Parts: sequence; C-alpha cells; structure tokens
Amino acid sequence: MDRLTRGLTAFFTYAFLGIMAFLSVFPFIWMVLGATNTSIDIIKGKVGIGTALLDNIRAFNAAVDVPLVFWNSIKIALISTALTLIVASLAGYGFEVFRSKYRERVYSAILLTLMVPFAALMIPLFVMMGKFGLINTHWAVILPTLGSAFVIFYFRQSTKAFPSELRDAARVDGLKEWQIFLLIYVPVMRSTYAAAFIIVFMASWNNYLWPLIVLQSNEMKTITLVVSSMASAYYPDFGAVMVSAILATLPTLIVFFVMQRQFVQGMTGSIK
Amino acid sequence: MASANRGLNRYFDINGWLFVAPAALLIAIFMVYPILQSLWMSFQTGRGMMTQFGGLANIRRLFDDPMFMLALYNTMIFFIVQVPVMLTLALFLASLLDNPNLKFRGLIRTAIFLPCVSSLVGYSVLFKSMFVQDGLINSTLVGLGISDHPIPWMTDPFWARVLIIIAITWRWTGYNMIFFLAALQNIDKSIYEASRIDGVPAWGRFFHLTVPMLKPVILFTVVTSTIGTLQLFDEVRNIMTSDAGAATGPSNSALTLSVYIYNLTFKFMPNMGYAATVSYVIVVAVALLAVIQFYALREKD
Repeated sequence: MDRLTRGLTAFFTYAFLGIMAFLSVFPFIWMVLGATNTSIDIIKGKVGIGTALLDNIRAFNAAVDVPLVFWNSIKIALISTALTLIVASLAGYGFEVFRSKYRERVYSAILLTLMVPFAALMIPLFVMMGKFGLINTHWAVILPTLGSAFVIFYFRQSTKAFPSELRDAARVDGLKEWQIFLLIYVPVMRSTYAAAFIIVFMASWNNYLWPLIVLQSNEMKTITLVVSSMASAYYPDFGAVMVSAILATLPTLIVFFVMQRQFVQGMTGSIK
Repeated sequence: MASANRGLNRYFDINGWLFVAPAALLIAIFMVYPILQSLWMSFQTGRGMMTQFGGLANIRRLFDDPMFMLALYNTMIFFIVQVPVMLTLALFLASLLDNPNLKFRGLIRTAIFLPCVSSLVGYSVLFKSMFVQDGLINSTLVGLGISDHPIPWMTDPFWARVLIIIAITWRWTGYNMIFFLAALQNIDKSIYEASRIDGVPAWGRFFHLTVPMLKPVILFTVVTSTIGTLQLFDEVRNIMTSDAGAATGPSNSALTLSVYIYNLTFKFMPNMGYAATVSYVIVVAVALLAVIQFYALREKD
C-alpha cells in the first residue's frame, strides 16, 4: 500500500467512526439541551441552551409526584435485583457443583425458557396476579422477573472458574454446603455478582410492558411509565418530558460510568 | 465404604436440589405454568369472562384477520430489514475498532456503546421529539440538501417503518458490537499476519478468516436480535403514540404482534383466548427461526 491510499484509508476510518460516535452520543446531548428549552423550541429543532430549565422542572413536578415515582422505581429495581441475584446464584452454583442426570434435565428446561417471548406470558400472568390480589402492587411487578434463566446461566458459567480446591478444603474443615456457599463462594465471586447486578438492575429499571399492565394508579407508577404517559399526551410538553427522560436515564448512566468494566464483562461473559 | 459413598451421594443430591429449588419453583410458577395456560387459553373463544372451548376456531380466525396479517407482515419487515443492517454495521465497527493502533479507541467504543445504556422508553421519546414534522431531523436534512422537503416520519406508512428501524438500530448496534469486539480480541492475530504475507487482501481476510471464526458469536447475536425484534413493543408504542395510545402508526404501518396482543387484551373488550393464540404465533416463530438459524450457521462447516 502506498502512502496516499494509507492516508485516505485512515481518513475515512476516522471520519466514519467519528460520525458514528457523534450520532450515538447526540440524542443524550439533545436530551440535556432539551431540558433547558421550551416545548415549542424543541419541536422546532433548536440545538442550544435555553432558559426554560426551571419552568420545565416545575411543570414536571406539577404533573407528577416526582420523589414518589422515583422511589417506586428504585424500590422495585433494588428488590428485584437483590432477590434475582440470590435465587440465580444459588441455582447456578447448585447446577454446577452438584451434578446429576435429573438436574441437568431441569437445567435444560430452564434454558429453554430463554426462548419464551413475554407476550405469551403476560395474559396468564395478569389473570394470576388478579387471583393473588396483587394487581396494582409492586410485588406483581417484581415476582415474575425473579426466576431469570439468563442470570442462572451466567452464574453457572462463572462458577466453572470457582476453584474446587477451596470447596474441598472447606468440606474437610467440616463446613456445611450452605456455609461454603455463603462464606466462601459469595466473597470469591464478588465481581460476578457486580456484573450480574448491573445487568439485572438495568433490565428492571427499564421494564415497561409488564408494569404498564399491572400498575394502574398514579401513586404506584414507575418513572418509565411516567415518561411514556407524559410523552403520549396529545400535545406533549416536551420540555418537561426531557426532564423526566433525564431522571429515567441518570441511574443507569451513573451505574455504567462507575462500573464500565464489570458492565461489559457481565454482558459478554456468559457467551465465552 | 460403599454405603458411606452412597450416603455421601445422597447428601450431595439433597443439597443439589435445595440450591436449585427456589429458582425452579419460581420458573415453574411464573414461566412454565403461564406458557401452558396460554396454550390452553388459545383454544377458548368469547370475550371477557364469558369463554367456551372453541377448538381451532382461533387459529382459523387468524387467517381471516387482516389486522393480524398486517401485524405479522410489519414484524417480519422489521426483522428482515433491521437485523442484517444492524449486525453488518456492528461487525464493521467492531473490526475497525479491533485495530490496536487506532487513536481514541476507548473513547469511540464507549460513545458507540452508550445508546444501550438508555432506557427503551426514554430513547423512544427522544426520537419522537427529534423526528417531528418541522423538527430537528427534517430541518437538518433539508438544510444539508439531503432532502428537498420535510420527510413525513409520523404520517407516512413507509417512513414510519423507516423511523422505527433507525431507532432500533441506534439503540442496539453498540450492544452487538461489544460481543463482536470481545470475540475479535480472542482471535490469534498471527493468522492474519500469515495470510497478509501470502497476499490475501483485507476484504478476503475479513470474509474468509474473521467471519468464520466469529460464527458462534454471529449465531448468538442473530438469534437474540431476532427474538428481540419479534417482541418489539416499547419503541413502537412510545414513538408512534397519540390518539388514545393505540400506537400503531399511520395506517397501522407500525402495528407489531406484541402491540396487537396488548391492544386485544388491554385496550378493547378483552379477548384473551384470541390474544393468546396470536402470542403463540410469536412462540412458534421464535422457536422456528432459532432452529433454522442454528442449522444454517452450522451446516457450512
């Protein structure tokens, strides 16, 4: 390759990647700028800092009980994530460490549920929640998400790297199996838990369809539902919508920037 | 000794079941039972609580239901067009970013990955605000001379579909790129050196070395993207909204199967039996496509 072609290739590579990076980031900038602009400026496509930020925050506050809605989302996401991690890590550990023919079959059946689309579950689940008397409660949102085949799979894959010498030594020392799990496995697998935490927290925080179905009164709604209903008004106040969208994006954005390494590890770790 | 061993085996077996039990129980109640229940419901006809066994009536009804056919068509369009476009772009980006001499590599990677941190509803709302008639995208396209008139993103069936495809591609390209990048970094680079010395051009190396070695990851991304696209709901409902939240786009051009199921169950007089039948179409489609793609990508060995 002569120098000219090499120079041109480099130029086009950087130009292409630069445009792609810009397009990927721009909607976030648009969201932040939009929060400072009036709804009219936003739908006219104004790119720039405006002076309507306080008005937008006030409009958002007047439309919904913001602290309550934010708390609902946090509460649901944290409870779901904590319980999912407990259940899935127990199962992942159990399947990997205590192997038997029948448990392998149960494991295959669990993996099969990865293929089940939520649309095929939501009607019976809705009927079931009605029978349990859980419609319009946060438990209705939390319960169906706890048995996650993906997270079980992730923990089983990660458990393969858990040194069996540690387990054997603990057994010689007379520890019970649940003590080995609690006192040795959990601390050793910290980074696996961290990665799984991010994935499950994000999924729960962003969950939309199922909360939309089971949460009916305003004081139970999550931030995701609020963003959606504000933006689907006939004449949406886009300024207030932008403020709500920032609030809906901020927690996951913070988690991402603080734990970027575990984030990527959690995503790709399961397929290695 | 033998009996001691048996005792130990029993001890481990009981422990195994105890560890697995909570997960198995939850999955049985909230996954296995509902999926069987909706299979049963798909044979029931009638509205609300007044249902009766209808045999295959719901399945026959599918073929006479123009709304279902349209939803199926739209969903297929989204997946046939969007998945290949997105994965090609993701693979291309990943192979560019795999170059260790590239400057600002980490920064570019983070930027392209950033969309998949956004919430589905959040980004849909942002796209809605950018693609309004006289909004940012149209004024930019007209201003740059790319289009001589504002594009009717929200009112024309064709452009409404294009908008949905652009939106999903924005959200998920970086996500898939990360999988390709992780796989590329595991490839032994000396193979590339050898083929380069043998005079294999860059595109030849890409198609004859990179692609075959990435086959398992490509399989994974194709299957997960397909399943995701077949279940498309959040984006359509939040970009296409207004008029009583029907969320089906101009002339129902963005009506997807999931939106149709939702509307059948929760928007109009509930017809749960028929909605369950429609949901089983997704179940069958997901299973079928996964099997086809699995064998298609394996056969070429």
